[in-house]
Amino acid sequence: MSVKQQELEKSWQQYKTQQRKKNLYYAFLTVLSVVVFLAIWEAVVRFQLVNVRHLPAPTVIFQTFIEKLHSTVPDGNTLGQNVIASLQVSLTGFFFAVLIGVPLGLLMGWFEPFDSFVRPLFELLRPVPPIAWIPVVVVFLGIGLKAKATIIFLTVFVSCVINSYAGIKLTSRTHINLMKTFGAGTWETFFKVGVPSAMPMVFTGLRVSIGSAWSTLVAAEMLAAKAGLGYMLQVGRGVGDARIVVLAMVTIAALGATLSALLNTLEAHTLKWKEMR
Amino acid sequence: MENIAEKNIDTRPIKVEVKNLTKSFGDLLVLDNLNFNIRQNEFVCVVGPTGCGKTTFLNCLTRILEPTSGDLLINGESADPKKHNLSFVFQEPSIFPWATVEKNIACGLEVKRVPKDEIERRVDRILDLMGLRDVRKAYPKDLSVSTAQRVIIGRSFAMQPDLLLMDEPYGQMDIKMRYYLEDEVIRLWKELGSTVVFITHNIEEAVYLAERVLILSNKPAGIKEEVIIDLPHPRDITDPKFIEYRNYITDQIKWW
Repeated sequence: MSVKQQELEKSWQQYKTQQRKKNLYYAFLTVLSVVVFLAIWEAVVRFQLVNVRHLPAPTVIFQTFIEKLHSTVPDGNTLGQNVIASLQVSLTGFFFAVLIGVPLGLLMGWFEPFDSFVRPLFELLRPVPPIAWIPVVVVFLGIGLKAKATIIFLTVFVSCVINSYAGIKLTSRTHINLMKTFGAGTWETFFKVGVPSAMPMVFTGLRVSIGSAWSTLVAAEMLAAKAGLGYMLQVGRGVGDARIVVLAMVTIAALGATLSALLNTLEAHTLKWKEMR
Repeated sequence: MENIAEKNIDTRPIKVEVKNLTKSFGDLLVLDNLNFNIRQNEFVCVVGPTGCGKTTFLNCLTRILEPTSGDLLINGESADPKKHNLSFVFQEPSIFPWATVEKNIACGLEVKRVPKDEIERRVDRILDLMGLRDVRKAYPKDLSVSTAQRVIIGRSFAMQPDLLLMDEPYGQMDIKMRYYLEDEVIRLWKELGSTVVFITHNIEEAVYLAERVLILSNKPAGIKEEVIIDLPHPRDITDPKFIEYRNYITDQIKWW
């Protein structure tokens, strides 16, 4: 028995080493792709294949980044202030949209009368692009945090509802019947079977919508903002400073990737049970 | 066959009464006036040709479908999943992928609001009986199909149901696994004293398991015949008497 266990332990260790090597290799590939991209970019600029005024090199962007950490030129904010302003807007909008949109989608997918009641309104509002709401939102909410967060809210809300709705509709009939034979009521079945079944789709919705929240941000910050990455980009464009524009873009990209990585971690943790291919 | 049936008169109390059970979908009559009783702690197999309405029959028993007319009584009361303790092993995989093995086994008990310590006790017992102790914290994605099926069977026995219904639970298993799980079901049934209705189209399986076999006729399904299998468990499939039963039921079921 103990010999067998030792052998098992040994092959388990072997497997772990193997996995670690594999993970290291993948991490290397990930880093490599970014490095190659930056190297090509740098080379393109150094060999003057494009005008430096139009596209600054990564090294220059990095310098600008360091400067911008404390400089408020040209938009009146440091980079940190801009990042905080943008995060505040996008996360506020995102948070409220998830808080309302996910339960709404789940309930619509589960209770048919509720679906029939809510669906027409939802279907009518859905095709209106979030940016088209800007004039109306400005009239009612002005141009502050509330207004911009509302635009983000509208973007995220739609995909939260749709994905949760689709997710809970995929609940297996057998699972529902099983709960029925146990004597569970509709609500108990909803919480114990419907909601967990829908979770993978809900997370897909969140991942899609955190992306769109971030990309609508620039549009939302066109609302005469006083700070934010979109605003910084606008000002940079106004004064014709490509470094500021590209720095804003790079920062948006980096933050977007970070947020979606955080979401992936949360998903991996919540959906431990799910088979990943 | 009939004289064997008369030899042993069953004295166990009647648990389930099926009275004039009829089910039709629109014009299509699927179940035609079924009448039979099941005794406490009895193991009944239902066999019949494919598509004769076996699953509809089970779905009526658990009230997934409402019978068109007739009724099903458990302990003299009309069956109601909220009141009675029913348990169903479906033909399709029905393990909850989001719950660990022990949570899967506990879920029916939670619905029934069984006290926590009692749930724990029963889950532990089932884990032991089914040899699932090592995987109690595992998720179904890490289990083999047959282990998952063992969890499902364990889950239904954990309910200590008034009536356990199994709908071709081993339809998709290879023969070795089937033999193994058939013995497992017999063991659990004996150990826990449950009342079992087991649906299958496999006649050998029916003869191997059942105390009594109900043969359904082709659609619309009615009860064609009841056969009492008067052999002790565990049974030997090469026993001439076993083969006699098997051939007899096969002859009765022939619809071609």
